[in-house]
Amino acid sequence: MKKIALLLALVMAASVALIGCGKDTPTNKDNNSGSVEQNENNGVDFSKLVEIKGSDTMVNLGQLWAEQFMDKNPEAQLAVTGGGSGTGIAAIINGTADIAQSSRQIKDKEMEEAKANSFELKEFVVGRDGIAIAVNKDNPIEALTLEQLKDIFTGKITNWKEIDGNDEKIVIMSRESNSGTYVFFKEFVLKDEEYATSALLMPSNQAIVEGLKQDTSGIGYIGLAYANDEIKVIPVKKDDNSEGVMPSLETINAGDYPVSRPLFLYTAGDPDGVVKLYMDFIMGQEGQGIVEEIGFIPVK
Amino acid sequence: MVIVLLIFFFLFRSGIALFKDISLKDFLFGKNWFPVSSNPQYGILPLVAGSLLVTAGAIIISVPIGVGCAIYISQVAGPKTRTGLKIIIEFLSAIPSVVLGFLGMVVLSMLVKNAFSLSTGFTALTGSILVSLMALPTIVSIADDAINALPKEYNEASLALGATKWETIRYVLVPAASSGIIAGIMLGIGRAIGETMTVMMVTGNAAKITGNILSPARTMTATIAAEMGDTVRNGTHYNALFAVGIVLLLMSTAINIIADYVVSRSKKEAQ
Repeated sequence: MKKIALLLALVMAASVALIGCGKDTPTNKDNNSGSVEQNENNGVDFSKLVEIKGSDTMVNLGQLWAEQFMDKNPEAQLAVTGGGSGTGIAAIINGTADIAQSSRQIKDKEMEEAKANSFELKEFVVGRDGIAIAVNKDNPIEALTLEQLKDIFTGKITNWKEIDGNDEKIVIMSRESNSGTYVFFKEFVLKDEEYATSALLMPSNQAIVEGLKQDTSGIGYIGLAYANDEIKVIPVKKDDNSEGVMPSLETINAGDYPVSRPLFLYTAGDPDGVVKLYMDFIMGQEGQGIVEEIGFIPVK
Repeated sequence: MVIVLLIFFFLFRSGIALFKDISLKDFLFGKNWFPVSSNPQYGILPLVAGSLLVTAGAIIISVPIGVGCAIYISQVAGPKTRTGLKIIIEFLSAIPSVVLGFLGMVVLSMLVKNAFSLSTGFTALTGSILVSLMALPTIVSIADDAINALPKEYNEASLALGATKWETIRYVLVPAASSGIIAGIMLGIGRAIGETMTVMMVTGNAAKITGNILSPARTMTATIAAEMGDTVRNGTHYNALFAVGIVLLLMSTAINIIADYVVSRSKKEAQ
């Protein structure tokens, strides 16, 4: 028993030492594999798995991009996972992802953290998204102003009757703090004030939809691509005197819908090899077509 | 032993680093957990309160049911019922926590919401119910073994003296097996306090201090799981989560020490 424990401890110590030495930033490429595969893309090395991590809002988009890209380049290996924009950005800074998908702009602090790991993060705007404000189907509310949204999510307004709704306590459904939507909403709608501490923090867009389906007094925000007819999306007014606007491709494109934001990809340093091919594909006609297909707004 | 020490070492190394940026007092007694705010606050109180609330609820639900179940299985049930119940209980422990959490999200939360006519079904109680389901198999099987391990003479002597079946169970068997039963309960509590995924899916995760089991709560485990992914290695937030981990580890260690103490004391009394 003791021997086994000692052996395990040795293995652990050794692996820790290895991790400690192998400070691998995604920028320094060492092609000691030797098996550089040649194809029509003038000698791009496809042997490396490209890790793409981040925004939950963009995970379906990323997966479709990767599938189509791999159809075109059968040797390429791309892996797309969600988890939240913050998760993706942390992963690229920590060197465990090649591309970060983010539904919010990177913070200065994160840029500095990347510099401290000796690489620059390059930013690409790949699409636009509207954030839909959703309530339960049975909620009679017709529209909300940005001001009212702020008051609801910071906990100033606590009952629907204060804004001509039913006499019900408002249940706020927000995303977890690693979500880009959470951060964008906090900066843009809450003007950087804190969310009410009573807000429920849900692990995904889908969880918010599930919650709103069963909760007559709930209100939440979701990426436009997640809006469906099981819940009620409500129009947003810029102020008391303006018309309520529903989020849609047209209204976001025209700049009429007030709660919209760009979608970003970040790479560690200038993209090269497979990552560059992939970025060209995304910014090209096909990639932007997929953006529209999923329900976001293309940038080109 | 070496591995346990290594775990402690790594946890403390990252956790202690937090106190370069945040005072220990602010961490332990702060009432706000705003890790990604422009003015971050790392107060652990709401998380501790959430964990204790969910765990306490789970204990209240699972201990009576678990101990009762164990007594029934070992003393009352016939061989067929016994096998059937054993299979059901073992099956309970085989359900992955994600599956249980999902069921809780779509089914149980609705039931809780309607039963207490609440505004939301994502409450500490919802988490407690699910976690108690997960702690049950542990409590039942260990308590069952403890009762079964008693010498046959206890049972026979008690009945021979004219005690009824119930009196025998109540005054002879349960006290004699108490150390084993308590060990089972303590292990169950350990299971409850450490449960992560299920709790994260159904408790609503609102970091607000509350003593009300019908309101949402955010546990320490769910906080670590939900936020660890988006922290940068060795940043303040990352260290804060490790510090939460330390608190969690100290709590479960304390539970184990108390359990050991209770068990050894009851053994002394038995002699």
